Amino acid sequence: MLNIADILETNSMIHDNKLDVRTITMGISLLGCVHSDGQHLCDRIYDHITKEAEHLVATGEAIERELGIPIINKRVSVTPISIVAAGSDLKDYVPVAKALDRAAKTVGVNFLGGFSALVSKGYTEGDRRLIASIPEALATTEIVCSSVGIGSTKAGINMDAVAEMGRIVKQTAELTKEQDALGCAKLVIFCNPVEDNPFMAGAFHGVTEGDSAISVGVSGPGVVKHALEGVKGEPFDIVAETIKRTAFKITRVGQLVAQEASQRLGKRFGIIDLSLAPTPAIGDSVAHVLEEMGIESCGAHGTTAALALLNDAVKKGGLMASSHVGGLSGAFIPVSEDKGMIDAVACGSLNLDKLEAMTCVCSVGLDMIAIPGETSAETISAIIADEAAIGMINNKTTAVRVIPVPNKKVGDMVEFGGLLGYCPVISVSPFSSAAFIKRGGRIPAPVRSLTN
Amino acid sequence: MKLVITVIGLDRVGIIAAVSAVLAKNQVNILSINQNIMDGFFNMVLMGETSAQSATNLEALQEELSVLGNELGVEIRAQHAEIFYSMHRIG
Repeated sequence: MLNIADILETNSMIHDNKLDVRTITMGISLLGCVHSDGQHLCDRIYDHITKEAEHLVATGEAIERELGIPIINKRVSVTPISIVAAGSDLKDYVPVAKALDRAAKTVGVNFLGGFSALVSKGYTEGDRRLIASIPEALATTEIVCSSVGIGSTKAGINMDAVAEMGRIVKQTAELTKEQDALGCAKLVIFCNPVEDNPFMAGAFHGVTEGDSAISVGVSGPGVVKHALEGVKGEPFDIVAETIKRTAFKITRVGQLVAQEASQRLGKRFGIIDLSLAPTPAIGDSVAHVLEEMGIESCGAHGTTAALALLNDAVKKGGLMASSHVGGLSGAFIPVSEDKGMIDAVACGSLNLDKLEAMTCVCSVGLDMIAIPGETSAETISAIIADEAAIGMINNKTTAVRVIPVPNKKVGDMVEFGGLLGYCPVISVSPFSSAAFIKRGGRIPAPVRSLTN
Repeated sequence: MKLVITVIGLDRVGIIAAVSAVLAKNQVNILSINQNIMDGFFNMVLMGETSAQSATNLEALQEELSVLGNELGVEIRAQHAEIFYSMHRIG
């Protein structure tokens, strides 16, 4: 039998501390859509997605109402388009991006991920065409997200791709400059990308996945912060235990939603992503969780240790609550999507160097960071290289989603709108990395890749 | 399907009567009621059961309870009990 305290606790988490399920993402394989004729390919992709995901949004909304918990996003991820379109006669893949955009809008999801290429070790012709299409694809579509894997622990880092992605980020910013370079907010550059990530902008449906799968990303930084308010001044053993217990409860809800959704949609349950994903709303911030541990403002010394504890405790608590855990699993630190991070950048306590250190122990990487519009392509490439090196050596996923906002300088405020949030432009090193990036080639896989 | 109905708001005469009437009309059997008054605030958690499985029935009930909540000046929520079992019970 349930007791009254449990019921009121759950509802207080939802209504006072913004507990929600962040996303139900349907992964859809497009390998069956392959066709040599470009127009046919686009038609088949549109038809397949709209058929598979037809009931996704309505089902998500029904579960939301019945359980009384908000499910913020319903999304679709697809097979990397560089693979799907490789055998077609298309010279550029913008028409495919447009077909994806139309399909996503028809089914009513708010983002679709998978305009992607995986080039950790080298390019195929399809990869080359896809990457070249990214700026225009992101400028001419609204809800298509793109990602490129440029390195991994097993393969090392493809420095030619790193150099190219710096230029692609700049071109995307230029083509979407009227919207403060919004296109760059839909582009993620990965090291060790995962094939079952339900979160945007980096979601894609890997080729090792089945025909389709339902994955769920949970959230709840507000709930964790509230729980920590109850253990003020206590030692870290108790902090870790409190986070674990809270993460367990949050994840159980995610597991329930995932089971219900996969059953009703007749799709395989993929994974639960054990994540703490912030939003710009007050009371939904990962930075505020770190500050609750005793850091005056996020970025001060101690922040990395606090984040390491948080990230680990979230996983430990969530693991037992779910039958399959995957995705990126951990605490996200997207600057513009987190009120505490935004304030920390504005007051000067958080800078790019500290963010880079934090990415060694968080779930992903440098995320949703506005940098000056005049930042060179080579500097962006060098930021990507640093981040990829952290991922490669530490055997974890890292990513870069930076937005060089044209005509904006350090301290200027940039507004992306909605869940993408807003943030002040952050400074980058004024010293050049151009000669380093110009070398190209590959950084060899590290010795720790040889695990057999 | 088991339901949890929570009512929170300023106390007044007839809240339980009015909520029970809506539940009876919607064929929801009441399994238990926990209710107290804290600082003038009315808190009630009611467990109910209905043979209806369909979501449309729950939606209609939620709508009706929400209208009633507005009339009474209290917040009424009806949720599938599974979310509470999942969060607070293992197994």
